[in-house]
Amino acid sequence: MTIEEVQKQIIEEFSIYDDWMDKYQYLIELGNELEELPPEDKNEQNIIKGCQSRVWLVAEFKDGKIFFKGESDAIIVRGLVALLLRVVSGRTPKEILGNELFFIDELGLKQHLSPTRSNGLLAMIKQIRLYAVAFNRISVQGG
Amino acid sequence: MAYDIQKIRSYFPILKRKVYTKPLVYLDNAASTQKPIQVLKAEERLHNDYYGNIHRAGHYMADKSTIDFEEVRGKVQQILNSPSREEVIFTKGTTESVNLVAYSFGERYIEEGDEIIVSEMEHHSNIVPWQLMAERKKAIIKVLPFNDNGELQLQKLDELITPRTKIIAVAHVSNVLGTVNPIREVIEKAHEKNVVVFIDGAQGIQHTSVDVQELDADFYAFSAHKAYGPNGVGVLYGKKSLLEEMPPYQGGGEMISEVTFEKTLFNELPYKFEAGTPNITGVIAFGASLDLLKEIGIENIAAWEKGLLDYATSGLKEIEGLTIYGESRNKSGVVAFNVEGIHFYDLGMLLDKMGIATRTGHHCADTVMQHYGIQGTLRISVGMYNTKEEIDLFIEALKKVIRFF
Repeated sequence: MTIEEVQKQIIEEFSIYDDWMDKYQYLIELGNELEELPPEDKNEQNIIKGCQSRVWLVAEFKDGKIFFKGESDAIIVRGLVALLLRVVSGRTPKEILGNELFFIDELGLKQHLSPTRSNGLLAMIKQIRLYAVAFNRISVQGG
Repeated sequence: MAYDIQKIRSYFPILKRKVYTKPLVYLDNAASTQKPIQVLKAEERLHNDYYGNIHRAGHYMADKSTIDFEEVRGKVQQILNSPSREEVIFTKGTTESVNLVAYSFGERYIEEGDEIIVSEMEHHSNIVPWQLMAERKKAIIKVLPFNDNGELQLQKLDELITPRTKIIAVAHVSNVLGTVNPIREVIEKAHEKNVVVFIDGAQGIQHTSVDVQELDADFYAFSAHKAYGPNGVGVLYGKKSLLEEMPPYQGGGEMISEVTFEKTLFNELPYKFEAGTPNITGVIAFGASLDLLKEIGIENIAAWEKGLLDYATSGLKEIEGLTIYGESRNKSGVVAFNVEGIHFYDLGMLLDKMGIATRTGHHCADTVMQHYGIQGTLRISVGMYNTKEEIDLFIEALKKVIRFF
């Protein structure tokens, strides 16, 4: 599936919830299911500090693809991190750089990406792109 | 006279609105209060009737604007019981007031190796300007700690003050812990050793009466927008003897009496510290909120809010796993807390969806968070227009949200 298709799939999954409470309940569920990062990965290098919540992001470049792992201390943010990882992890840098992330907006969860929310999510998306730019350079040079 | 809550609420039409189809319960008053129609009308009247730049020009409009602007200075003088109007300076807000004092006091009085004492419970705005000054002047910042109840450890002040101590900066009321600090005692202790005291009244003036003469305060600062006034207006009260000796903070119009390229003569107080065209609209509209505070009476507001705060606190204490930060005997305005196992961001987010406006995060008080070893809290803060029914809605919503997880 392409990045676009996965995003559409997520939107489809959420479409059965018309009540905000159900939507958040599902996000919390996703957050709970997200695998915890090992403590050694929760270091200063991987942290993205928001003044509301903290996010950790780990990237590994293997066989031309970037594998992301992430976590947050706030459960709703964790749920959103889980969705983001589902969309971007295991993709080539070019795929990440060539696609817009539209699903959060479509799900009506855009407020979590507001710069004033400062929950680390917006910075996380920026960081994902920065990794893609950096690994793209490596793969071009290396390849 | 009974507290006419319905009448007070009628002054704030915004309170009738709904968010996400739920009635708004606004409990973020410590961040900013809503504005009454009196303030909105004063702004409108100014712009419809007589707006002009103040202190300049000799035309009717400018004169009328100047008179109204200066009248508000008189009202601030009254609410603070300042001995003279020259000691009331208009700024952009509390933050600018702190920066002004940190800069100008620092330039005049601080030498290398001098000491500045700030309390552990200060808002970043009452820490960072002092740090910037200390860096510039090679001065030293010392910290007056608080105990786990959120009370300043006043007895430690005696050992902290040395012959090198020049100024103490402390909040009147903590924006996280709600502690009403014993500023009179702080000032007394400081003055015994000739140390100047700066009081950050951002959370003080709207909840409790302030008398700078009775306190013998050297500086007292606050913001209009936390006291039902407009944004972008702040006040700095300063003792004339200090203000006169301090150099200007910014240069520009209004603050000078004569300029040549060789030398500039500065205007007298308070204009020396009011460079450029001030927030004319804001200051004039602020007059209306000061009138409202006077009409209702700060003591009456304080009593009403204390009732709300006690009611909310006892409701919160019934919730299992809930920790309140700040249990000082003398508390005002805010309750900060966490619920075990649930992140404050998640709580605040879901409360918002239920129409309850609260604040989450570190509240610009990292040192308070560090004291308790936490990342942040949820905080509710009450204003003159909140009701017990709203506290009920909040507690009920909070219980519902907790069950969510």
